[in-house]
Amino acid sequence: MRYLIRRTLHAVFLLLGVSLLTFLFSALTPGNYFDEMRLNPQISPETVAALRAQYQLDRPLPVRYARWLNAAVHGQLGFSFAYNSPVAPLLWIRARNTLFLTVTATLLAWLLALPLGVWSAARFGRLPDRVISWTTASLLVIPDLVLALGLLILAVRTGWFPTGGLLSVGFDELSALQKLGDLARHMALPVVALVLATLPMLVRHVRASVAEVLDAPFLRAALGHGIPYPKLLYRYALRAAANPLLSLFGFSIGTLLSGSLLVEVVMSWPGLGPLLLESILARDLYVVIGGVLLSMIFLVGGNLFADFLLYWADPRIRTAASAK
Amino acid sequence: MVQTMTSLLEVENLRVSYSARTGEVCPALSGVDFDLGYGEILGVLGESGSGKSTLAAALLRLLPAGGKIQQGSILFEGRNLLRASPQELRKIRGGRIGLISQEPSCSLHPTLPAGQQVSDVLAAHENLDRRALRQKTGHLLASVFPGDSERISRSYPHELSGGQRQRVLIAQAIACAPSLVVADEPTASLDPTTQQEILQLFRTLRQKLGLAMILITHNPALLAGLADRILVLYAGRIAEIGPSAQVLYSPQHPYTAALLRCLPSHLAEPPSTRKARLHVIQGEAPDLSWHGNGCQFEPRCTERMEVCKRDEPPAAAVSELHEVSCFKFAG
Amino acid sequence: MQPLLKVENLVKHYGAGRSARSKDKLAALDGVSLSVLPKTTTALVGESGSGKSTLALCIACLEHPTSGSISFEGIDLASLDENQLRLLRPQIQLVFQDPASSLNPRWTALEIVSEPFFVQRRYSKPDRAVRALRLLDRVAISRKMAARSACELSGGQKQRLAIARALALEPKLIILDEALSALDCSVQAQISNLLLELQASLGLTYLFITHDFGMAAHLADQIAVMDRGRVVESGSAENVLYSPNHEATRALLAATPRFSEPPAELVHA
Repeated sequence: MRYLIRRTLHAVFLLLGVSLLTFLFSALTPGNYFDEMRLNPQISPETVAALRAQYQLDRPLPVRYARWLNAAVHGQLGFSFAYNSPVAPLLWIRARNTLFLTVTATLLAWLLALPLGVWSAARFGRLPDRVISWTTASLLVIPDLVLALGLLILAVRTGWFPTGGLLSVGFDELSALQKLGDLARHMALPVVALVLATLPMLVRHVRASVAEVLDAPFLRAALGHGIPYPKLLYRYALRAAANPLLSLFGFSIGTLLSGSLLVEVVMSWPGLGPLLLESILARDLYVVIGGVLLSMIFLVGGNLFADFLLYWADPRIRTAASAK
Repeated sequence: MVQTMTSLLEVENLRVSYSARTGEVCPALSGVDFDLGYGEILGVLGESGSGKSTLAAALLRLLPAGGKIQQGSILFEGRNLLRASPQELRKIRGGRIGLISQEPSCSLHPTLPAGQQVSDVLAAHENLDRRALRQKTGHLLASVFPGDSERISRSYPHELSGGQRQRVLIAQAIACAPSLVVADEPTASLDPTTQQEILQLFRTLRQKLGLAMILITHNPALLAGLADRILVLYAGRIAEIGPSAQVLYSPQHPYTAALLRCLPSHLAEPPSTRKARLHVIQGEAPDLSWHGNGCQFEPRCTERMEVCKRDEPPAAAVSELHEVSCFKFAG
Repeated sequence: MQPLLKVENLVKHYGAGRSARSKDKLAALDGVSLSVLPKTTTALVGESGSGKSTLALCIACLEHPTSGSISFEGIDLASLDENQLRLLRPQIQLVFQDPASSLNPRWTALEIVSEPFFVQRRYSKPDRAVRALRLLDRVAISRKMAARSACELSGGQKQRLAIARALALEPKLIILDEALSALDCSVQAQISNLLLELQASLGLTYLFITHDFGMAAHLADQIAVMDRGRVVESGSAENVLYSPNHEATRALLAATPRFSEPPAELVHA
């Protein structure tokens, strides 16, 4: 128990540190949102100065950070200059859209990777395993960008899938089932792109961990006791190989918000990625900080989740933790 | 061939070899023949490289990668194990033949509780509902643990001592009341006191369950008072096989005699022989990749003859149940 | 004769938990006193958990005792600073139970034996090679074996290599921690003979830690029996073996497997 509390406290401190650094870097980068405006001859410098004062961009850095932190703890993440709206609602919507994609893609990828990896490890070195190894290696070599573009081309050429966006025009007039179908059709290609990008690495990891365990003495002992083969593979081998895979799963959770930026931009999916990209280019300070912080929460949370999972799954970690 | 009345296990001309990745083939067992009767305890005495662990693995067809049974037959309860289908084999492993693997610290699953691992063996062979499974597991653990079996059942292997882990392995091996248990170095990493307890447990189990056992070890002293017959393995061949009293106290094969002479026995002898040089078997352990024709022990034998270099010694009967593979007794 | 090694009231606690109260701590050593005379073999016999390995580590300065003193050649080890200790370390060497894990499997035998020279920065390069080969000769490892990597050697050869490495810095005391326990019987006999021969020719002192009374009985001049962190009985080998006083000694003697007395039926056959 104390181990878990300590890990959670570490996570909180980590988040504080990250928020400080992000704030610092963003605020210290040359230029701000209003620089563009200053270049515009139609807007007077006094207006720019007034706007800056309104958004408190002229206050000293520590003061700004403190005010921001105070607000953040209460759920107010600042104000977006570009969208002229509070940051928080903006982020939530975009994050929700991203999560639609990434949660689906992550679940699919893991559900596929586990049996493929186990199956491959059980036939280590033989033809089926070599085919899978070769396929995953090839997929790993192809950049995500190329995969995404390739799928986009497929959509354009065949017309089976929409080429971008979240929903079709006229979405509101559809029935509930049709709405679901519409969403699914829009999600299909980005999800496929994400799965193709993450599946190969997962399969290789599962395969490697399970193959290592299959050579272990306790597995041969279990075979000697007549444990049926499927049970041997899943209940004994996969379970013993779980530790590195649980850490990897935590990492998968961690990148739920940050891993899909490229795919979202290419496929015009209105998620967190494109928003962050725009905001960085436009120097929309609070959106950038808010977006980075949200991604960080997921990353740190994902790792923490992995720690919890490991603690729950491996009795040796529980024993070692309580001995400290 | 030495025959016993009714044979539970008949091994005939078993030849096993390993092929390394380089293609080199190493014979691990080169023609092993023996019988085992119901309820009999056979001690297999052999040092590293003798093929004793290969024998245990081969009986259950559990050879590691690269291992292959080249020839021979293993008749268990009348069935040839080498021709059994995978399904039949799975039922026999754990169901009719129990295996106690080497190294208890590595032979148990690290993240499953001990009781679960015993239950799994039961579940693999018997059709029991959850309650019956739990009850039977409880009984099994109570029969091998002198006390506190409840706590042991919930414990994980890393929380148990070496002796406790060994007992869990034993519980797994006897779970489905097999007729034969193969124990590979069951007391190797244990304290003397724990060793004695485990050996006593084997005696009790044999009495209560009528188990036949193949007890594999490199320490002859463990077999005294426990094994009915002893089989001495050297370089993949049987050097000597016979009643344990005869093999231990009047060994006929030069290797067996030399091996037994190596042991310090100062707990019984007078103290003046302390710190004296022990007898050793000169030379090094046999090189298994050597494919020559003669007796494998010949380079190290103090009684070697010309013929020993040329031909493999045949098995000769020294007395009714005692056989030795040595030219001293041939012809 | 002044003892080479004198341990007095050694106590070693391992904390069980960060804020452990004193009664929660595990006392691995609970007041151990021991004397080892030079050029003799003292066997330390006990079951696992009796503290023998902890004692070995403390004597070899690989662990710091909680209290008590260890004197080597009259010098209290606790009074030495890091530099002085480093100069003393070559005098006390360890040979472990599992040669496979105490030898780097990728190095050749020659490299393993030369390692102590590098660590202690002794001798010139050609000198090191000569000395290393001589050491390997001493333990009967052939030149051909010397070029092989450690993973290719047999158990007995590995243990002989470990002994050669221990001899490299010309120690006075060698602690053998269950060094023979993992070996086959015939190999144990070979190594046992080697140890006796080395003791006679080099004047070595051995602290032989084991749970096997049989080997202890063969090799030792003095025997000390440990139980639960204490030395419960010690004395000459004859006294301990043939007239044991403590219950733990008797239990261990009874448990040692032996078969030198043939059963009655065979004697009359």
